[in-house]
Amino acid sequence: MELICPAGTPAAFREAVDAGADAVYCGFRDETNARNFPGLNFSRDELHDAIVYARKKGCMTFVALNTFMRAGDEEIWYSAAADAVRLGADALILADFGLMAHVREQYPEQRLHVSVQASASNPEAINFLVEAFDAKRVVLPRTLTIGDIARIGRKVKCEIEVFVFGGLCVMAEGRCSLSSYATGKSPNMNGVCSPASHVRYRQDGSDMVSELGTYTINRFSHGEAAGYPTLCKGRFDIGDARGYAFEDPVSLDVMGEIEALKDAGVSALKIEGRQRGKAYVAEVVSTLRQVLATAPSGRGPLLARLRALSEGQKTTVGAYEKRWR
Amino acid sequence: MTELTLGPVYYLWDGPKWRDFYFQIADEAPVDRVILGETVCSKRQHFIEPHLAEVVERLERAGKSLAFSSLALVTLERESRIVKELIETSDYPIEVNDLSAIGLIKGRRHLVGPLVNVYNGPTARLLAQRGADRICLPPELPFSSIARIAADAPDVALEVMVFGRMPLAISARCAHARSKGRIKDNCQFVCGEEPDGLSIRTLDRQSFLVLNGVQTMSHTCQLLLSELKDLQEAGVNAFRLSPQDCDMARIAAIFQETLSGSMEPQEAIELIGHTYPKAKFSNGFHHGREGAGWVSRAKSNAHAP
Amino acid sequence: MQITSILALPLKAVPLMPLVSIELVASRLFKLLLSAHGDMFERLGTYKSNRFSFAPTDLPLIFLIEPHLLRLKVVRQSEAFTADAGVEAPLVMLLALLEGRCDADALFFSRDLKVIGDMEAMLAMRNALDDCDIDLPRDLARIGGPAAPIVHRLAVEIRSRSLREIQ
Repeated sequence: MELICPAGTPAAFREAVDAGADAVYCGFRDETNARNFPGLNFSRDELHDAIVYARKKGCMTFVALNTFMRAGDEEIWYSAAADAVRLGADALILADFGLMAHVREQYPEQRLHVSVQASASNPEAINFLVEAFDAKRVVLPRTLTIGDIARIGRKVKCEIEVFVFGGLCVMAEGRCSLSSYATGKSPNMNGVCSPASHVRYRQDGSDMVSELGTYTINRFSHGEAAGYPTLCKGRFDIGDARGYAFEDPVSLDVMGEIEALKDAGVSALKIEGRQRGKAYVAEVVSTLRQVLATAPSGRGPLLARLRALSEGQKTTVGAYEKRWR
Repeated sequence: MTELTLGPVYYLWDGPKWRDFYFQIADEAPVDRVILGETVCSKRQHFIEPHLAEVVERLERAGKSLAFSSLALVTLERESRIVKELIETSDYPIEVNDLSAIGLIKGRRHLVGPLVNVYNGPTARLLAQRGADRICLPPELPFSSIARIAADAPDVALEVMVFGRMPLAISARCAHARSKGRIKDNCQFVCGEEPDGLSIRTLDRQSFLVLNGVQTMSHTCQLLLSELKDLQEAGVNAFRLSPQDCDMARIAAIFQETLSGSMEPQEAIELIGHTYPKAKFSNGFHHGREGAGWVSRAKSNAHAP
Repeated sequence: MQITSILALPLKAVPLMPLVSIELVASRLFKLLLSAHGDMFERLGTYKSNRFSFAPTDLPLIFLIEPHLLRLKVVRQSEAFTADAGVEAPLVMLLALLEGRCDADALFFSRDLKVIGDMEAMLAMRNALDDCDIDLPRDLARIGGPAAPIVHRLAVEIRSRSLREIQ
């Protein structure tokens, strides 16, 4: 199975390549990708250098153009696609049908992957994308169990990539407007979720309060492990109960299940985290590389090392296990 | 000719409540099109099935045009089967809400629901080529995008949701069941206890969101009345009312009067407030702002694109 | 988080030094970094004109950086200052972050690091620094002259001991 690794900066990209990534995915420094964060991502020149570096070391580069084109400004996405193709991207990761159709028509040879943001969560949906746009691979939503993945694997005519480590979307990806409801900025339209521009941390006595726009998202007592003020991982009052309405501030870790994923027909394992620093990328990629090279019985200590890097310092297998639902 | 569409009931209402709701719509509501069928959770299907035939008959007799909604999130084999059967056996047009339905329905005339990501003209044109006659655009879209899509895709009719809590997200996990100490697989349909959604408030007691089974909706109720004229001029030819637990026939009548010009938007806003008194209204998405926001008319003119 | 032992003594001495001398040394180091990484603030974009504060929690000092002026100022903790965005953490962590040797998010999750002010500006700064490949011993050794190899060796030694203690 391939190990697909994130890079938000050229430095992180080189770390990922050196740590043993089979492919590194990244995006341009604008709204054409779903990690449109300040100071992050690649200029055209940086992508060129990155692709050259990766190629020299036998590593592939995937370019994420996985936001939805803003009506009237399609040219921004079209020119990003043109440049990624010209610079030699091994695959484009796309979510918008309009953009998929454009890429298929203009660059018939270009390998096209379906982004998790397209929310292709069943065999019929995936086969539609394969037939309509000749998609070669689909990144599955983090809403499926391993059983669901195995069923999909038997029925689809393309490769399957799944997230195994990093941030966890609780909602079906690409179908969530919670962030824009609170801030006006969304993953689909702006490439940001719970954007930093709307985040505020406030000290209230010994508590730290996190706010997004005008909404309180969480309150952490002194010393309690914290998380991002992401809406779906906030603490709220639901009816008479108080707690994490959707999910705790945790991140995904299904590396303990990679044998089952392999049996389910998965051909690539994806690490989330283009917004994380190069230290994170280096540590996670090299550790997971070792995990893949180690017999299942010896993997425990390697995986324990990664927990400290996780949100809330806790991890979950998420929807991959049925009881999560 | 501008039409009014009644969207599917997103909530779980028990069978008789659901039936009576549609009887009243058939008898009293000036809507042209009614979208029927469970959209949010495949586990709920059996609640409406016993009453479907009589509801369809009553609505048809009242001259409503009907369509059936497909499921929003399809992950289980059973759910795939439901969508497939719906498309293969339905005598009525289907409103598709996920990619599997889009794939399966190719070549047949159909509608596209607001849960499909249509953000631009090229996507609208692509869906039209595959047989979509009408697209109800996602609630997140600002007016500038709506107008542009209308200009870029003149061959497909466009609809915009103008009333109702907005569907913001859907998950494989049921937060509604979890809040009551259950999980999706043994939920015992606890989402039926809140026919207008279960309120989520921030730790500072601010109303924020509403749970509806696996779906998360806005606390605020979308209300576009002052905006109808701009939308019509941009080429939108149908407006969608999404059912809430209030007098929807009355809501439809208010919209109809506003569209016909016999009622001013400002008066309509007040009357809607009386009809759905517990609601807080928003129109922020339309104005390119946070969805929960409210832009008053005077301000909206100043900011008009 | 405790001050690491190797830096404890020098850190105790720092507050006793006159502010001008501290600022002189810090500015000199800052200039060295700038000369080693010419475009180090390029990623800040519009946040280049913001003022950033770096507050080591184990020193009574605050370092203020204005990227567009390429200027570094040092103030005492007790003095009033303004900044658009800032970060607070033990000195070794700040230095490790500068080098991109530890993950800022992980430090934030574990509450070892605190961010104040404009989150977007601070995020841009974090990402800008993360891409710089700063290596303090190597960059400081650029001071040149006969002392350079000694500076380099000493800095490497301090770094490896400090990092061991925070991990």
